[in-house]
Amino acid sequence: MRKIRWVALLMLLVVPLALGACGGDDDDNGGSSAPAADSSSGSIQKNDKNASVKLVIGSKNFTEQKVLGEIYAQALAAAGYTTSTQLNLGDENVALKALKGGDISAYPEYTGTILTSFFGKKAEDLPKDNKEAYDQAKFSLASDGITAEPPTPFVSSNEVAVTKETADKYNLSKISDLSSVASKLTLYGSPECRQRLDCLLGLQQVYGLKFKKFVPVDIALRHQVLTSGKADVSIVFTTDPQIKREGFVLLQDDKGMFPPYNSTLLLKKETADKAGPDLQKVVEQVNKGLTDEVMQELNARVDLDKKTPDVVAGEYLSESGLVSN
Amino acid sequence: MILELAQVQIHNRTDTCESNNGFCPDWIADHFGDYVHPFFQHLILVGLTVAIGFAISFTLALIAYRRRWLINPVTQVTGILYTIPSVAAFFLLLPITGRGTDTALVALVSYVLLIIFRNVLTGLDNVPAETKDAGRGMGLTANQLLWRVEVPLALPEIMAGLRIATTTTVGLATLAFFAGAGGLGEKIFSDITYKSNVVVAGGLAVLMAAALDGLILLAQKAITPWTRAVAQP
Amino acid sequence: MTTTFAVLGEFGDAIDFIFNSRESRLGGAQVGGLGQIWDLMWPHLKLSGAAMGIACLISIPIGLWLGHIGKGGFLAINVSNVGRAVPSLALIAFFVAYLGVGFLNLMLALVLLAIPPIITNTYTGTRQVDRETVDAARGMGMTGAQIVRRVELPLALPLIFGGIRISAVNVIATATIAPLAGVTTLGDPIINVNTYGDEGRLAAALIVALLAVATELALGAVQRAVTPRGLKLTPAGRRRHRFPITRREAIP
Repeated sequence: MRKIRWVALLMLLVVPLALGACGGDDDDNGGSSAPAADSSSGSIQKNDKNASVKLVIGSKNFTEQKVLGEIYAQALAAAGYTTSTQLNLGDENVALKALKGGDISAYPEYTGTILTSFFGKKAEDLPKDNKEAYDQAKFSLASDGITAEPPTPFVSSNEVAVTKETADKYNLSKISDLSSVASKLTLYGSPECRQRLDCLLGLQQVYGLKFKKFVPVDIALRHQVLTSGKADVSIVFTTDPQIKREGFVLLQDDKGMFPPYNSTLLLKKETADKAGPDLQKVVEQVNKGLTDEVMQELNARVDLDKKTPDVVAGEYLSESGLVSN
Repeated sequence: MILELAQVQIHNRTDTCESNNGFCPDWIADHFGDYVHPFFQHLILVGLTVAIGFAISFTLALIAYRRRWLINPVTQVTGILYTIPSVAAFFLLLPITGRGTDTALVALVSYVLLIIFRNVLTGLDNVPAETKDAGRGMGLTANQLLWRVEVPLALPEIMAGLRIATTTTVGLATLAFFAGAGGLGEKIFSDITYKSNVVVAGGLAVLMAAALDGLILLAQKAITPWTRAVAQP
Repeated sequence: MTTTFAVLGEFGDAIDFIFNSRESRLGGAQVGGLGQIWDLMWPHLKLSGAAMGIACLISIPIGLWLGHIGKGGFLAINVSNVGRAVPSLALIAFFVAYLGVGFLNLMLALVLLAIPPIITNTYTGTRQVDRETVDAARGMGMTGAQIVRRVELPLALPLIFGGIRISAVNVIATATIAPLAGVTTLGDPIINVNTYGDEGRLAAALIVALLAVATELALGAVQRAVTPRGLKLTPAGRRRHRFPITRREAIP
């Protein structure tokens, strides 16, 4: 009887330790193993020489970023690279820090964000043309030793959104319409919005808007705060499927505060060189199909259908014929 | 060869359960597998915490049982560790232990120390003096007395402390993702507006706490058979 | 050696953040300084205080009543077990998912969090009052309500305050993750580190820790103050006070 007691007590101590030994350490690396592509035309060609190149693809902390990160990771894996992902890093500063520090090899950034957040360009100095924005971003980053891969066709801009009721109530169609009523309205945005020239800071400086209150909330809540009535104004992205669904009104940027936002994959120059010409080739192949509507559809599959980003990325790659399953 | 994805309409999603962020059993059935890895990450974190915490506290309590002057300082120190909120603790440790499971472990272990320490000590203190005298009268040495009489009689209180420690650790470990240790908290946070996700991830945490609590209670009943006949307070 | 200095350096930066306002890393905003710390601390205290107030208003009468009539003990004690098993993050997420963000919704979640320890301790405290004392009071002609108010409540106060203590520390700790629900508290630099920088995050962690410890010590002093002198001197009282920080909780 006594023995059983002590054995049971011992088990209580040993079992958790054993579990711990089996479980081991866990880094946040979701490995994405894409199926090996065969060589049907238009699809990504696998090059075994790429296997020695290890790429860690990161992303920022919202849906579109996670999908893009997965798409690039899976596409590059199909091309033979050894890839892993570290998605959901945080905002652009965290991501850039991770890139420069070598924690990740690449992540998809936006041309507009690069110009305003990284290089502090004022609204007057921002290019309005997509290509010009990319060229400027690429040029500025080059002096930091970072390569910006060719941009996507789709544009995912910050937008100032209100509900239809609010737009009707105050007769709002462009952002400057807010100047007379902003003092009565609450703006909800991401925590970084308060300091971004393409967000609250810009709205204050370019449009002279003084909102009654600014409430920082997680990016994921940007639509819920509008529909629940907590926010009068919220900052959303052009490719959000919720806009059409909820009938939000996007206020026109009449003073041209927002720059173009095409997505471009960023890498350190050394990483890009080591990866070879296949990297850019794959990126261009992947980008070709990423139009505004496609990106919005992919976002919808994650946000509305509640599929996981890696599944949706796989769907994109196979439906567009890039990777054959 | 690019498929016309653009042809897929969005509006036919308006009435789905998922697009309304509702509680959707079908979605849960399909995606339950996504919760398995976080669940075990969480479970292992809890298991390690309680095991290490118990090892430290039990030893401290045994030492303090003999050297009474230790009780106050240990209680004060573990008390302060207990009071510091876990989120604050994770980031106070960040400069020292970095980001990852280790930081979470240190913070979580420091939280359970007080609970287990005080329960072991109280259990030992509550052993009736007559029983100890009887033991001594039988010729048991101090060590034999401790391991054959005092600790077994203290077991109900010790196990009660383990139960409290385990359930609170399950709750605190949901915040461990702040320290980079994953777990069910990470799942909750990944879609905090989606009812299905919150209910499943949160529900799994509550179930884990309840199950572990029950297991320890069963173990207690198994190793202290003499208490079964007595009415519990 | 260098790592020690590096660590000390980080804490030094954090302390500097508390006292000196500075331009944020990204430019465009002033962060740090005592003024901003207060701007973050006040909502934190407001939220915690409101939640605690409402929780006490609900829990203490119910706990006293159940303890007085001696019924509902199973519920009163096990509500703490259940409450312990529900993670604070899960509770907040549940409210955000079902009710949305906002001060009121968050406060509701915090009230639910605060109730179990108070109700359990109030019940146990009331039950532990010496039956003979209660009988004597009844013999003196006191009504039920009078007994509760003049006999059981004062004698149960130490344990009640023990429960309040546990809840207060829990609520203050949970208010740290309030920014997840759209309420800006001291947790903002911790959760939204990019606006404030790493030193801001560490500074906020320090302040939250100090706030929790201060609350614990303050309420501990109150608990000792409300313990009737008689209880303090009896063997039961002395045993109860061996672990002044710990014996506030009824062991289930």
